[in-house]
Amino acid sequence: MRQSFDDISAQLKGRHRKSARLKWMSMGALGLAGLFLVFFFTDMLIKGLPAFQQAQIQVQVDYNEMAQEIPPAAVNEDVRPLVSRGYLRLIPGRMEDNPDLLGTSRMEWVLADGQVDQYLKGHHTNLSASEQAVVDQLASEGRAELKFNTNFFTRGDSKMPELAGIASAAMGTVMTLLVTLAVAFPIGVMTAVYLEEFAPDNRFTQIIEININNLAAIPSILFGLLGLAIFINFFGVPRSSPLVGGLTLALMTLPVIIIATRTALRSVPEDIRHAAFGVGCSRWQVVRDHVLPVSMPGIMTGSIIGLAQAMGETAPLIIVGMVAFIPDVTATFTEAATVMPAQIFTWAGEPDRAFTERTAGGILVLLTILITLNATAVVLRKKFERRW
Amino acid sequence: MQTNQLILLFSGALLVLGLIAFFMGRAKAAKVRASGTAMYAQPDQYAWFAALATAGPAVAVGAIGAFALLLMGAEIPTPYLLAASLVVAAGGMMVAMMQVRPDFHARKAIERTIRFVLAGAAMISIFTTFGILISIISEAIRFFQMQSFWDFITGTTWNPGASFLAAAGRAEEGATAAQFGSVPLFAGTFMITLIAMLVAIPIGLMSAIYMSEYAPAKVRTIAKPVLEVLAGIPTVVYGFFAAITVAPLVVSLAGMVGLEASFSNALAPGIVMGIMIIPFISSLSDDVINAVPDSMRQGSLALGMTRAETIKDVVVPAALPGIISASLLAVSRAMGETMIVVMAAGMRPNLTANPLEDMTTVTVRIVAALTGDQEFASAETLSAFALGLVLFVVTLTLNMVSVIMIRRFREKYRSNNL
Repeated sequence: MRQSFDDISAQLKGRHRKSARLKWMSMGALGLAGLFLVFFFTDMLIKGLPAFQQAQIQVQVDYNEMAQEIPPAAVNEDVRPLVSRGYLRLIPGRMEDNPDLLGTSRMEWVLADGQVDQYLKGHHTNLSASEQAVVDQLASEGRAELKFNTNFFTRGDSKMPELAGIASAAMGTVMTLLVTLAVAFPIGVMTAVYLEEFAPDNRFTQIIEININNLAAIPSILFGLLGLAIFINFFGVPRSSPLVGGLTLALMTLPVIIIATRTALRSVPEDIRHAAFGVGCSRWQVVRDHVLPVSMPGIMTGSIIGLAQAMGETAPLIIVGMVAFIPDVTATFTEAATVMPAQIFTWAGEPDRAFTERTAGGILVLLTILITLNATAVVLRKKFERRW
Repeated sequence: MQTNQLILLFSGALLVLGLIAFFMGRAKAAKVRASGTAMYAQPDQYAWFAALATAGPAVAVGAIGAFALLLMGAEIPTPYLLAASLVVAAGGMMVAMMQVRPDFHARKAIERTIRFVLAGAAMISIFTTFGILISIISEAIRFFQMQSFWDFITGTTWNPGASFLAAAGRAEEGATAAQFGSVPLFAGTFMITLIAMLVAIPIGLMSAIYMSEYAPAKVRTIAKPVLEVLAGIPTVVYGFFAAITVAPLVVSLAGMVGLEASFSNALAPGIVMGIMIIPFISSLSDDVINAVPDSMRQGSLALGMTRAETIKDVVVPAALPGIISASLLAVSRAMGETMIVVMAAGMRPNLTANPLEDMTTVTVRIVAALTGDQEFASAETLSAFALGLVLFVVTLTLNMVSVIMIRRFREKYRSNNL
């Protein structure tokens, strides 16, 4: 059928409208993703920020002999249920450390019970009406306040939410990542150097390359199964320890570091190598003195990104048992430890509302560290990136 | 902790020996050169060679001995082993000293050693793959000796409850026999993966189209890293978000239209997983769309097609193999994703097509089986490895297909560009 110019012009309008629609739709998709990100961060901030504040109340603390035997006796009966039981248990220890305290009695700001904390934050609690009245009374006198929660950053895990902190998990994360870095960085860089600079282009090299790409796509939980079967059951590495967790994560991070290092090595222009060969360097001398120094920023960036990834990983660590309850902050490689994501996982499983708050607080800390790490990587890349 | 001290002592002794070898080697080479003889290598290179020859074989002997100790259960007392290594080190040093001769290529020897060590490092990634394969397969075989393979693949009831009694030799006390039919687990995995893909593929693909075809450079430099943030959020965080925020939201939304939803419904983890995968699909699709040669766009526009028609009928079809390959990779990632489903999906194996009910997945059962207080040899614990094996095979196949597709795509357009 023949179409007149008018028909085609009429169609044209429709076609342009469709064209605009696709543009708006695709823009909308991107916007949706951005919107989600905003929603997510707002949600986490609302849920997590209260965790950085903790209720304290000012009460009379009597350091007497009775309190040495029965710690709750140190505070007056009417406020006793409002004070954190965990805090009270620390009182005899403090008297032992400081014998002068014995026999004295003074007003002190003490850690309030988790329920008081929730009540002051305006959440539902199971405090009795009379207890609520006491808290209201204290609050009106300025003797019950929300203060900055230092415990959250200095203490380990606890069954009592007001005493639970992220420090032992943070220490576990540091120890685990030290192992990861110590294993994955040298091996990763060496593998990449071999593949880029030394390896002949043969079957064997191709198999290694395909293998590395596959390794990068294997679900992380399978690395946990490897850690359990090989490291723990076969080599007898202690379960739940940063050593086994770090080794497992190292195998997972390896492909990331290898791929990043190879990209960095590949971006070094051939001229540099040729010049070095020209003055009589051997292959290793070329790599050590010329190629590696120039590509170091790229390698560092890749390693930081890999490390950040390993830091957020949970599934394989749960499999190798790194979800232990660790109340003390200890730096150890071979004893049971937990890591920050695992701590978040454990807290998320607690029914108590106060722990939900802790969970979100822990998430905020973890996200802050991860974003800082990634930003460092980006800045490093920007600062040292060379265009040849 | 006597072994620890011994090993420390050994390392110290080795270090000292290495240093001695280094300086003696250098001194000897320097002397030879000072006497006027031309040498093949620099004194430093002889020194490095001497140090390598001292420490290398000793470490190798120590490692092999430790391996024999661990694997074969050989009865070698650690002190003897370490002493033997030190003797080897001393021998290595003597040989190295004799090799400090003008006609010895120390640099080439170092080069060979280094190449060998680097290749050894490259082998570790292969060992890892084999390690995963061996650990999973050997335990899975133990599982299939207890349970029939056919029941595992086709059974529709997953009820490992009584298996620990059987492992404890008290099988008759269990009310029902343990059943390991994995179909409901795979149905759950499939359902959640499907939901995730329904979220991730349209949004990811559309974002990629916007970023590569429409967005001004400024928007792209901001939008790309922002999207990448989505990929950088740890999965445990997504899991918490799905369980605490999205799942109640889904329940109340479903309640508004008169549907009943479980608090551990499959929809919430599916949606959140989809969001997590968006940047994955968008960045891979962005790459392939950018790889479509501009001449194709120019040709299409020159024929009078509108921009949308060019994208829809020319660019996307040309990039389709790449997009499909990205989607397959995303599917494999969604299937292996653990934390989101562990925290937000149900524990109850449930064969249903309703995403508002609770469903469990393969990865949830793996975690559940390995975090219980079970004997390692019990059928439930071993079932984790059988599930892991299936997961490994499926994800590996998906990855392989995806890699082959993307390679075809790249080859096709590389030749076009020439």
